[in-house]
Amino acid sequence: MSARVLVGVKRVIDYAVKIRVKPDRTGVVTDGVKHSMNPFCEIAVEEAVKLKEKKLVKEVVAVSCGPQQVQETIRTALAMGADRGIHVEVSGKDYETLGPLQVSKILAALAKKEQADLIILGKQAIDDDCNQTGQMTAALLDWPQGTFASEVNIEADKLKVVREIDGGLETIKINLPAVVTADLRLNTPRYATLPNIMKAKKKKIANVKPADLGVDVSSRLEVLKVDEPPQRQAGVKVETVHDLVGKLKEAGRI
Amino acid sequence: MNVRHYTPRQQIALFHFVIILQKLKGHEEVNPETPYTSDTVGNPGAAPPRLPFSRVTQEDLAFFRTLLPGRTITDPDLLKSSNVDWLKTVEGNSEVLLRPKTTEEVSQILRYCNERNLAVCPQGGNTGLVGGSVPVFDEIILSTSLMKQVITFDNISGILTCQAGCVLENLSNYLEERDFIMPLDLGAKGSCHIGGNVSTNAGGLRLLRYGSLRGTVLGLEVVLADGRILNCLATLRKDNTGYDLKQLFIGSEGTLGVITAVSILCPRKPKAVNVAFLGCSSFQQLLETFQCCRGMLGEILSAFEFLDASCMSLLEKHLKLTNPITESPFYIVIETAGSNATHDEEKLHKFLEEVMTSSLVTDGTVATEATKIKALWSLRERVTEALTHEGYTYKYDISLPVEKIYDLVQDMRGHLGDMAKNVVGYGHVGDGNLHLNITSPSKDPALLAAIEPYVYEWTSKWKGSISAEHGLGLKKRNYIYYSKPSEAVALMGSIKAMLDPKGILNPYKTLPDNIH
Repeated sequence: MSARVLVGVKRVIDYAVKIRVKPDRTGVVTDGVKHSMNPFCEIAVEEAVKLKEKKLVKEVVAVSCGPQQVQETIRTALAMGADRGIHVEVSGKDYETLGPLQVSKILAALAKKEQADLIILGKQAIDDDCNQTGQMTAALLDWPQGTFASEVNIEADKLKVVREIDGGLETIKINLPAVVTADLRLNTPRYATLPNIMKAKKKKIANVKPADLGVDVSSRLEVLKVDEPPQRQAGVKVETVHDLVGKLKEAGRI
Repeated sequence: MNVRHYTPRQQIALFHFVIILQKLKGHEEVNPETPYTSDTVGNPGAAPPRLPFSRVTQEDLAFFRTLLPGRTITDPDLLKSSNVDWLKTVEGNSEVLLRPKTTEEVSQILRYCNERNLAVCPQGGNTGLVGGSVPVFDEIILSTSLMKQVITFDNISGILTCQAGCVLENLSNYLEERDFIMPLDLGAKGSCHIGGNVSTNAGGLRLLRYGSLRGTVLGLEVVLADGRILNCLATLRKDNTGYDLKQLFIGSEGTLGVITAVSILCPRKPKAVNVAFLGCSSFQQLLETFQCCRGMLGEILSAFEFLDASCMSLLEKHLKLTNPITESPFYIVIETAGSNATHDEEKLHKFLEEVMTSSLVTDGTVATEATKIKALWSLRERVTEALTHEGYTYKYDISLPVEKIYDLVQDMRGHLGDMAKNVVGYGHVGDGNLHLNITSPSKDPALLAAIEPYVYEWTSKWKGSISAEHGLGLKKRNYIYYSKPSEAVALMGSIKAMLDPKGILNPYKTLPDNIH
């Protein structure tokens, strides 16, 4: 198959880091904080690489939008097996206000430019939890979408996607080209092994600006404030079962 | 009996001989004063008969209850977990657990126990591996679990002062928020107390970079056997005024005094931490990788650990962890810690390229993100846990010349043959410290007899230590002669007699039985 897959990867604050709200409450502290690839994006990359290993697609292209540092994230995707990368340069204020709408416009433009047959994204990013980019990209391209995918199979010219939904699992068949968003159980991302890390250094990352793609990255949203969640109250130790029952009654639990 | 002039092997033989003599004289019945332990009577690792300490009376309990209201535990259910060690191989029958909150309370407890001739077993997180942290008989358990205050922290000098019952992981979290870290780290961090770490001179995963507690501990507050409080809680880097008493208590396993507070020098939190997990096809190549690592990563190297293929299969089998690279006979965990991520990555990548192209290393992976780093470290840190699922584990913590480390594992495999289910090796290879573990479905005296004293004689032959970092506790006290000359042990006995004339502090531990 001559298919080309576009995989979007987002650089986010590492999931193990303790998040701090900035003193001016305009956002969270990102300076000097450990960042890494969004876990759902890792799963997306893994799926794309798997498809290539099964010879169902020919080329995997990793894309990320942001400042210089996102090149690290693209390199990680390359080390996992992507063939080349595209760095869409967005920095400063534009980067702070970059959201799903702008990113999906960028991805749609790139998909057309690169003649992609399939776009795989993580279902959502762990920093904003928007869960919108995949859906918006599909809409802009007028492509079908298989979101919350826990299984993806290419059968003839169609995509069979098993989706995780509230009631259980839903299996759909959609035409290619399509957009798929990866859910947790789709796969377990591989560790990038040394030989691949070395090879990745030689792979190309192209630089592109949103303007080159005809995309306006200004935001229509304004963040008013960011607050910490309410502090968790300490538990109370009781001496006897009597006390426990009393306290539960007080709290209106029984 | 003066055993000073015999070799270790002869001393142990004499020990056995004495036991046999006793048996012949008619002491055949199991002595009710000898508690149940993992080993059979006549084995140097088993407990000796109970020494003539007083027994706890109602009056004693009344005293403790007045001193520590609500913190004098006598409920057998609550006492159970404090009477058994983490490995579940040693069990005592203490009937009293005390939980002081202050140094003053500890002082009053010890003064009272010393007058009454009541034995005391100090206990921190109870994570020790040589049976040193639990009572052997009915010793009163003195727990530091409520002494968990941080006293001061100076963020210019990095000197932390805290009570002995602070859990290591909590201290790490406290420090990390202030941009510092503890100078030591070990698998037991979620449970162990800093007081226990200091009493056992714990080594751990960062010793390679930050040195031992003997260098990083700046001061101690200790309560002596008679209740006197020795406050040497200096917070000075340099202080050459008289004998350095704290060094006596570091590593003394609670037998010379009870540590109640510690002041320790903490390093800055590194800005960039990387972990590489590598596979080697032979131990020789592992050693050469170490050489290369030292040369190319020198100043940023913070850990160099290894595990063998047997360890990896146990991790996969019992803990369902995944091997991130292709199967290899040996695995290395390398950690770098530095102040500049770009510089460190460059050094690390150059090193990795070098060892890959020269085929010293057959495969590997690198992590910079916190989650992945944790995942890679768990492959080394959880081996101990995986082993507990295999039945009964015989643990040996040996220091050897680095080149000889794996020879011991291979010789042991050959020597034991089918008797053992698993013989695995892992540990702080960078420090010359091997953790040799042998498992069998259940405890097996015949297997133990095949392992000991073979393993100790092997170690002694290469002038190694029979306990690199775990200490002697109950299980290894009588093997001290394999690593220390009798003059040294005799002097230790004199110091013990001077500081604790009645011998109430953690009896039956650390020093050999024949010291009396």
